[in-house]
Amino acid sequence: MQEVNEKLAIKHGLTKEEFQRIIKLMGRNPNLVELGIFSAMWNEHCSYKSSRVWLQTLPTKNKYVIQGPGENAGVVDCGDGDVAIFKIESHNHPSYIEPYQGAATGVGGILRDVFTMGARPIANLNSIRFGSPNHEKTKHLLNGVVSGIGGYGNCIGVPTVGGETEFDECYNGNILVNAMNIGIAKKNKVFYSIASGIGNPVVYVGSKTGRDGIHGATMASAEFDEDSESKKPTVQVGDPFTEKLLLEACLELMQKNSIVSIQDMGAAGLTSSSIEMASKGNLGIKINLNLIPCRENNMTPYEIMLSESQERMLMILKKGKENEAKKIFEKWGLDFAIIGELTNSKKLELFFDEENVCSIPIQALGDNAPKYKRPYVNHTYPKNINFDKKLSKLNIKDCLTKILSHHNYSNKSWVWQQYDHMVMADTIQKPGGDSAVVRYHGKDKAIAATVDCVPRYCKAHPYNGAMQAVCETWRNLISVGAKPIAITNCLNFGNPEKKEIMGQLVDSIKGIKDACTYLDYPVVSGNVSLYNETNGVAIYPTPTIGGVGILNKINQMMSFNLKQNDSLIVVIGKTTGHISQSALMYDILKDKKGPPPKIDLKEEKKNGLFVADLIKNKLALSVHDIAHGGIIVSLAEMCMASEIGAKIQTNVQNIDKIKFLFGEDQARYLIEVKNENFNKIKKLAKTKKIHLEIFANTQKNYFEVENNFKIPIKELIKMNHNWFKQYNKN
Amino acid sequence: MKASIIVFPGSNCDRDVKVALEQAKIKTTMTWHNDATLPKTDLVVLPGGFSYGDYLRCGSIASKSRIMKEVIKHSKQGRLVMGICNGFQILVESELLPGVLIRNINLKFICKTINVKILNNKTYFTKETIKNNVLKLPIAHNEGNYFASKDLINKLEDNEQIVIKYCDENGNINLESNPNGSLNNIAGIVNKSKNVFGLMPHPERASDIMLEGTDGSLIFNSLTNYARS
Repeated sequence: MQEVNEKLAIKHGLTKEEFQRIIKLMGRNPNLVELGIFSAMWNEHCSYKSSRVWLQTLPTKNKYVIQGPGENAGVVDCGDGDVAIFKIESHNHPSYIEPYQGAATGVGGILRDVFTMGARPIANLNSIRFGSPNHEKTKHLLNGVVSGIGGYGNCIGVPTVGGETEFDECYNGNILVNAMNIGIAKKNKVFYSIASGIGNPVVYVGSKTGRDGIHGATMASAEFDEDSESKKPTVQVGDPFTEKLLLEACLELMQKNSIVSIQDMGAAGLTSSSIEMASKGNLGIKINLNLIPCRENNMTPYEIMLSESQERMLMILKKGKENEAKKIFEKWGLDFAIIGELTNSKKLELFFDEENVCSIPIQALGDNAPKYKRPYVNHTYPKNINFDKKLSKLNIKDCLTKILSHHNYSNKSWVWQQYDHMVMADTIQKPGGDSAVVRYHGKDKAIAATVDCVPRYCKAHPYNGAMQAVCETWRNLISVGAKPIAITNCLNFGNPEKKEIMGQLVDSIKGIKDACTYLDYPVVSGNVSLYNETNGVAIYPTPTIGGVGILNKINQMMSFNLKQNDSLIVVIGKTTGHISQSALMYDILKDKKGPPPKIDLKEEKKNGLFVADLIKNKLALSVHDIAHGGIIVSLAEMCMASEIGAKIQTNVQNIDKIKFLFGEDQARYLIEVKNENFNKIKKLAKTKKIHLEIFANTQKNYFEVENNFKIPIKELIKMNHNWFKQYNKN
Repeated sequence: MKASIIVFPGSNCDRDVKVALEQAKIKTTMTWHNDATLPKTDLVVLPGGFSYGDYLRCGSIASKSRIMKEVIKHSKQGRLVMGICNGFQILVESELLPGVLIRNINLKFICKTINVKILNNKTYFTKETIKNNVLKLPIAHNEGNYFASKDLINKLEDNEQIVIKYCDENGNINLESNPNGSLNNIAGIVNKSKNVFGLMPHPERASDIMLEGTDGSLIFNSLTNYARS
């Protein structure tokens, strides 16, 4: 066996200090297998060593939460004995190197996290971010990632119902692929990963183990450079067909009373799954590696333990239930192998050819893993900038058409029509709306979900940006008539060893914490992806938030497409005309200076609850949250979704008009209401101290700003649908 | 009326079609691909999905599965078989229907709601529809591009075997309304004796007012009274 020394440890991504720590914990030099296991468990991706101290500060409980962070996914109560189980996870590094497989296995991994817990997955969502469309790799990456997400989700038969797709040059060297999944289960049939029962069999099911993905998690814990392409062999290969079989077999077995605990083999494969289960149960685990089903010949213990081959699960069964379980997996044509047992040694003990090849105290790997409180700098709120001179030259129609034709704000149906978003026949609100809504099969209730983040806000001020991301998901759930319940987060950042980046992470977590606490909207699961840097250039801080809400009655569902002519469009929330970091300034005028819009949590909650009340009392015909591009773009979106026109009336003049129409003040909604209901709504708003103003009325066929311009809706639709088609023409 | 839905490894619209059939008051049983016999049934449904992972060729491995021998026997007795999406692919692979389904012309998976025109409303599967009416139905496939020799296409046209064609919302059958490159905008066909129907669109996804409308239920309702007729 290869000699294990400091040099080899560094090659495994460990530091000198960490290697010394291993020797101290072991009381001896580790062998190669043991070193590999330490490196897999102690890398950033698995150990959260840079983020853990901060993640612990997040709120994780409200009256709905059954299981917060620490399990495969979070669990929330949906009433009537039903629960929803969900999580978001990154697959950034592999997707840049091999976009199709990277994205596909990202979807596969998050699906396993959810069905491991006994849930049937009912919805996939994602957030994907690419570099500038002009960058030489972008088209290839976009096409590969979208096909990969579709290829996996479509085949396994779980609808991909929502997400976001954006471009910014800050992702030229590191794209982001964040995949989220939601499943449903019965409250009394949720499965956890805590092992128990000395002598209980350890069972391996699913695909065979191959040499793919070895050190994948370690790769995902380092920066990229010119040689990143050479890391292709560390990207796993997905097989959604096998995952479909694994899903059905696991759910079938879960109907019986045979599983003690179960854990999917995700990052760091067999290593992390076996250690996590034993560690949570405070037990030892003994595995005979000769019994692992292998795809290739002559695999070494080192390779078997570090492989990240997909579609595999590790289970602890009740003793005596082995045959019952085996029958089910054989029916589905999957491997089933009893590979070891639980022990009281509190050690991970591995045997190969009857030789003990690894003996590590489990505590050393988990509880004694390094935890860093890295130095950081806080980011101050940028100074306001006067853009009046720039704005004075602008024409409203020109700004609107430029935004609607821009890659970041154009219609994304080119993306989501490659995803089967209707399979399972319960998608009652399709992609393109504020949130996706999926019906509980056979019941009169539904789950709503959305994924959001505005990285340009986060870059300008991480604390406010992260709060905004949380609030935007909250708003998007409110807008479809759902009650927001909880979030999952995916924190994508650069190298945390740099003070500035660490500061972005710390400030973002603080922002999430404050927003979630105020809105009683806790974090139940998540993932951290650091080292998203290439040659020292980091991505913008991107704390992607996945929000989940519940509709107790399906007829409470609201949508954003206009419903009729001659109704009023009302703005809820105050418009001050905050223009810096807006879509207009950032993406059209390319001026990236100044602060993002400020978040006022009090306003946020007050306005949101008011809109929720209007929906409940059937006073709103349609609802849309105001986001990118301000009220004018949000209204145009409502028109395009329905082919009903609108006429904007405003007394605001000159430069202030541009700011009024395109500014991105937060906590606002556009509501379509019947004329005859307006006074009633106005009164309600007054009693609740809600700022409300009439902004437009609906009309046939034309989008119009009074005394300014008029354009057929059909033309708006055409320009809004054009970009993706043109870009991907050849 | 009784229907048997065949479940292959990788089928994923089996439950959806069961719901739609039962809504049309058709009794259903799920039949596993490896079963040796079919239960007593009037109609066999091959559901959508990715049977055997679409490996080798879509529908190819499924067409050789154990239960398919029984399905072929069932069809030769003149009883009904319907294949939706992947089910249609299995029907052409097992030669119960002529022609082939190749990759969409844009080489992408396409999931969206399209329009089809009823060309033959005299089949068991379409008798509740009106000739030349337009139905809104979702498609979701990667290989739905129907291809055959000119001769065969002409025969299909002459025998009224083409049941539905892609069209625009006004019923015009043209290039713009063809989502996947299918010859003659073919979306669904029957065999010569008109007891085997294959279609790429998913009527089961349009049998619920909360989803993509209820045009699809016309197809299931057409089958409801088959056993009595």
